[in-house]
Amino acid sequence: MHPILKLIAQRIALGIMLLFAASILIFAGTMMLPGDVAQQILGQSATPESLANLRRELGLNEPPVSRYFSWLGGFLTGDLGTALTNGRDIAESLGSRLSNTLFLAFWAALISVPLAIFLGLLAVRYKDRWPDKLISAVTLTTISIPEFMIGYVLIYWISIQLGWFSSVAIINDGMSLWQKLNAIAIPVMVLTLVVLAHMMRMTRAAILNVMQSAYIETAELKGMRMLSIIRKHAFPNAIAPIVNVVMLNLAYLVVGVVVVEVVFAYPGMGQYLVDHVSKRDVPVVQACGLIFAAVYIGLNLIADIVSILANPRLRHPK
Amino acid sequence: MNDELKYLSGKVAKGLMTRREFVGRAAALGVTAAVANTMLAESAAADGHGTPKRGGMLKIGSSGGESTNTQDPALTASEVPLNNLRCWGETLVEISPEGEIEYRMAESVEASADAQTWAFKIRKGIPFSNGKDMTPEDVLKTMQRHSNDDSQSGALGIMKGIANMKVDGDNFIVELDTPNADLPFLMGDYHLMIQPNGGMDDPGAGIGTGPYTIEIDEPGVRHAFKRRDDYWDSENRGWADEVEQLVLNDATARTAALQSGQVHAINRVDPKVASLLDRAPNLSVQSASGRGHYVFIMHIDTAPFDNNELRLALKYAIDRQEMVDKILRGYGSIGNDMPINASYPLFDDTIPQREHSIEKAKEHYAKSGHDGSPIILRVADGAFPGAVDAAALFQQTAQAAGIPLEIKREPNDGYWSEVWNVQPFCASYWGGRPVQDQMYSTAYLSTADWNDTRWKRPEFDAMLNAAKAELDTAKRKEIYSKMGRMLRDEGGLILPMFNDFVSGVSNNLGGWITDPNGGMMNNKAAIKCWVKDA
Repeated sequence: MHPILKLIAQRIALGIMLLFAASILIFAGTMMLPGDVAQQILGQSATPESLANLRRELGLNEPPVSRYFSWLGGFLTGDLGTALTNGRDIAESLGSRLSNTLFLAFWAALISVPLAIFLGLLAVRYKDRWPDKLISAVTLTTISIPEFMIGYVLIYWISIQLGWFSSVAIINDGMSLWQKLNAIAIPVMVLTLVVLAHMMRMTRAAILNVMQSAYIETAELKGMRMLSIIRKHAFPNAIAPIVNVVMLNLAYLVVGVVVVEVVFAYPGMGQYLVDHVSKRDVPVVQACGLIFAAVYIGLNLIADIVSILANPRLRHPK
Repeated sequence: MNDELKYLSGKVAKGLMTRREFVGRAAALGVTAAVANTMLAESAAADGHGTPKRGGMLKIGSSGGESTNTQDPALTASEVPLNNLRCWGETLVEISPEGEIEYRMAESVEASADAQTWAFKIRKGIPFSNGKDMTPEDVLKTMQRHSNDDSQSGALGIMKGIANMKVDGDNFIVELDTPNADLPFLMGDYHLMIQPNGGMDDPGAGIGTGPYTIEIDEPGVRHAFKRRDDYWDSENRGWADEVEQLVLNDATARTAALQSGQVHAINRVDPKVASLLDRAPNLSVQSASGRGHYVFIMHIDTAPFDNNELRLALKYAIDRQEMVDKILRGYGSIGNDMPINASYPLFDDTIPQREHSIEKAKEHYAKSGHDGSPIILRVADGAFPGAVDAAALFQQTAQAAGIPLEIKREPNDGYWSEVWNVQPFCASYWGGRPVQDQMYSTAYLSTADWNDTRWKRPEFDAMLNAAKAELDTAKRKEIYSKMGRMLRDEGGLILPMFNDFVSGVSNNLGGWITDPNGGMMNNKAAIKCWVKDA
């Protein structure tokens, strides 16, 4: 077998084991939280009788270990089960939430990743001159402001004062792509501003690092133009650290945007998970937790593979 | 009280009285300035553009919705699902904004002379949204589902006193263990939506007799409804062709949606921004004095709170007016350590108001002989809006009286299961009930499940039962007055403030009225209001 294929197979196997461990951790974690789903559903209006009735119906009187294994059994056969709180099919509700999350993450990534890399290259080209300083100052400012704050400011100016885009980003299947993009315009701007700095700074640092190498100096002495040196010689050699930080930010766009979802009432996975954690709805928390873990593991796997492919020394190990 | 205010606000509308005079008179009647202004706006509106308009899409933005919500009335506990219930379902009776019984599925009700047997005459020919006509059997099944042994219903507590229920011709008969003159008010509880076969087949199907049917049901995101052509009361409700409820839990997202015209009304405007929001040109902030209240509760059977002198010291140490001004920003009124205020029928307004007094607090604290160990008050943000700040204000005034009050902050998550009704001293809230009897039975009866102050007094229970059976309102009022005074002077309840329901309403929405029974016109804004430019 080709060593790279072997490596990928190893990594996937390891990823599955990690997911399995994550599922145990999530289950144990939700068990440790105070109260149970019956108590959380009934809240302040719980009585001992209604609690007992609800617990019996939801099967909460079974011991935790057997509940875990019955969940695992269902999961392995592709059945995520139903939510304890409202009896809905988890796979179905999760499916639409997940696709919404990916939709938002996709558009945010489509804008922010090329923009960050372009700005990084530009900053290197004009190192220590005003474009470099301006880019760094602006992106570092936007990453330092909490995302809900950026959200509120953009809502105030763009939605309320100018009336260009909607402040509520609720999307549904009945909307055309154009309408959907209109609805998510402000959240995409917020996310772009939040992730830009990290990727831009890493691109700039990685390329500057490479720029000090002897072969860049040679290229310069040969009389190549600065931008094509960066593009042809520096960038390919700096790709590994850049891909790593891009993947980290992509993972963030998928799993870490609950605050933005709340501010714009966007029906994504984050809000869905938080609602169910606060209600102790274990099957849903498990399913969401595993998807989030899988996204992280998957994106890291991609980052590793790309850095191996980009580096001949790693591609042909001796 | 209501009649007099209505008369006065009419005078203002006709220009016979100034706004300032009106607010002054209203304050004398125990109404906050915020509510008085709302009433004025209403009477002006009634003169101006009072004709309902059909059609269009009415949109509301609400907090209090989660992706875990269901349409099952039994499990409804927050505002978004409650707004949904009102769209598709109706109860036997409702409680009108004036605090009277309004007949819905029942067309009349009769009590036996001893108030122990009640007969609800059920209307005929009212179709459910599945096409079948609603029958007395459906009513019976509904009530059974909320009261039988495996009921998980939030209404289980109020169904407890029922000995037997049956159908007799067109009548639904309720026989009680003990007489209860307020039974019709209990039947107006929002959980008790009449469903086909009582909802036993599919409780969350959303089939009822209300003006709308569910088109889209995405819990935690949005709920859309379409008007029914065969709605029985279309002369009074269900003006818009479509209703959409967006779940906007974030306060800023809600106000932004209202300001940018994406919704017609929002609930729970944060008092901190209410006066700023009210300045916006295309909308108004509406508030309604309700029966809901924010409380600090002590278990009177647990040391050191078993000492009434200490309880009194704490009650005198709290500065109620400061709390109303700083926590509610004027959108509320001061409390008197009893859960009843002027919004309740049969309220005795001669009960003296307890005033903040450092001297009296010191005096009672000295008498209590407390050893000076810290008194721990547990609080979380979720106990009520501004609870942590309110506790800090309480701590300051208590310290001025030499009472070592210490605040322990608890997480929101799990607060209702781990702290409330478990720990001896904590912050909480009550939504209020339509009548005094129900409020006292829910939380101050010895056997009540939610007796969160551990108030167990046989003489109080006896008075409560006597008042229940008493059909003479003067005598009832007297009994309730005694009970209120007793709780005020000896109870474990520190009640600094009653909160108003504050909503934001677009000028494009017609038909808004003040309803003290709940926020968003007792959650009936979507079915009773109309879109002006529809």
